[in-house]
Amino acid sequence: MSLAGIFLITFLLVHMGINLLVIIFDDPMVYNRAAHFMSSNILIKIFEIVLFGGLLLHVIFALILQVQNWFARPRRYNKANYSNTSFFSKFMIHTAGIILVFLIIHFIDFYFRVKFGHSTMIHVDGVMYHDLATEIVDKFKLLPFVIFYIAAFIFLGFHLIHGFQSAFKTLGLDHKKYTPVVQALAFIYTVVVVAGYSIIPLVIYFK
Amino acid sequence: MNLKLKIWRQKDTQNRGKFVNYELRDISPDSSFLEMLDILNEQLVTRNEEPVVFDDDCREGICGACGMYINGHPHGPDTLITVCQLHMRKFKNGDTIVIEPWRARAFPMIKDLMVDRSAFDTLIQEGGYVSVNTGSAPDANNIPIKKEFAELSMDAAACIGCGACVAACKNASAMLFVGAKVSHLSLLPQGKVEARERVKRLVAMMDKLGFGNCTNTGACEAECPKGINMTNIARLNREYYKAAF
Ligand code: SF4
Ligand code: FES
Repeated sequence: MSLAGIFLITFLLVHMGINLLVIIFDDPMVYNRAAHFMSSNILIKIFEIVLFGGLLLHVIFALILQVQNWFARPRRYNKANYSNTSFFSKFMIHTAGIILVFLIIHFIDFYFRVKFGHSTMIHVDGVMYHDLATEIVDKFKLLPFVIFYIAAFIFLGFHLIHGFQSAFKTLGLDHKKYTPVVQALAFIYTVVVVAGYSIIPLVIYFK
Repeated sequence: MNLKLKIWRQKDTQNRGKFVNYELRDISPDSSFLEMLDILNEQLVTRNEEPVVFDDDCREGICGACGMYINGHPHGPDTLITVCQLHMRKFKNGDTIVIEPWRARAFPMIKDLMVDRSAFDTLIQEGGYVSVNTGSAPDANNIPIKKEFAELSMDAAACIGCGACVAACKNASAMLFVGAKVSHLSLLPQGKVEARERVKRLVAMMDKLGFGNCTNTGACEAECPKGINMTNIARLNREYYKAAF
């Protein structure tokens, strides 16, 4: 659970870095080349399988643990959840549900279109590229899309702010001195990821 | 002070149980919460009704027998105390107080506010002990132990096994209790010998008894009357990985 989580946490950074190319460079080919590299490189192909595996493991473990946890208290309290605790950890399964719905839509929108060849192709220097950059720009000119994506990123942030530091504790790493550092890192990471991903649709929409 | 009480009444495991409302007048703010319940029970007895059943023993905050879920908090709204140490001055005149039993599959209902916490005894039998004879009190000083470890172990040993951690946890997990036992014993040389076996057995038994899984939410730490720290849960995880690999 925690290992798969940490793995996904690192992947989010990589994915964000590549995506930012769309708004950093005016030339759409910079992003298209990067995406092309990502989809043609054999190492990355393997990594893709590992990534899906990681995601699947994270989801399956979460479901098993959650069901066990629900069974552990067959009868609910009348007044529950009043304890002074980490706020977002109470809603991990709910934010997870929202993120999952987002991921499905996100896959239908981008990933499957490329995989199953529904995207526009362009010819540059004798190589065929998926013109993803233009597609992304087209998508994010639509306001509902922008709002949906940003909302999903915010929920992702809620999920991360607890998940990041909780993963360390589950791995047995909790220390008077270092845990506050991890928590600070979790906060910075979450802000960077949410801002980094959100800025893409925003910049495109307002450009 | 005058109070409205909403108390969970349940005849036994077979019955469904429900909240029953009671009104109490002229309760002294200096009386303890359990004394307040005693007054209610006296009134119920004189009215020929069944008194409310709850657990208690020492009423000094040291035995861990008492425990009920008051207005959404195990042991009530105050921190670092058991319910026998809770006083009515923590409430206001006219308050409605909702009182429920600990709720967890591993703690089956006995009656009203009393649940069966023998799952904790089962855990202690499974790994909450050391097999060597450690002698009498003076012998303890014959083995030099680093102050840091002695302190950590003593802090963990403060656990009185009340079950508030399980009651508070949204997953009804016993990780804080088991973490306290593992820290208490495995940090000391007398307990180190069996450390691997102990943690494996405790974790297996904890799962078998139907406790939930830890999500590091921290409700246990917030409600524990003895201030048992969540670092004990991380230590339990650490010890478990050490034993597993
Ligand atoms: S860890 Fe705290 S809350 Fe849990 S049983 Fe021990 S004293 Fe009670
Ligand atoms: S009755 Fe012993 S701790 Fe409350």
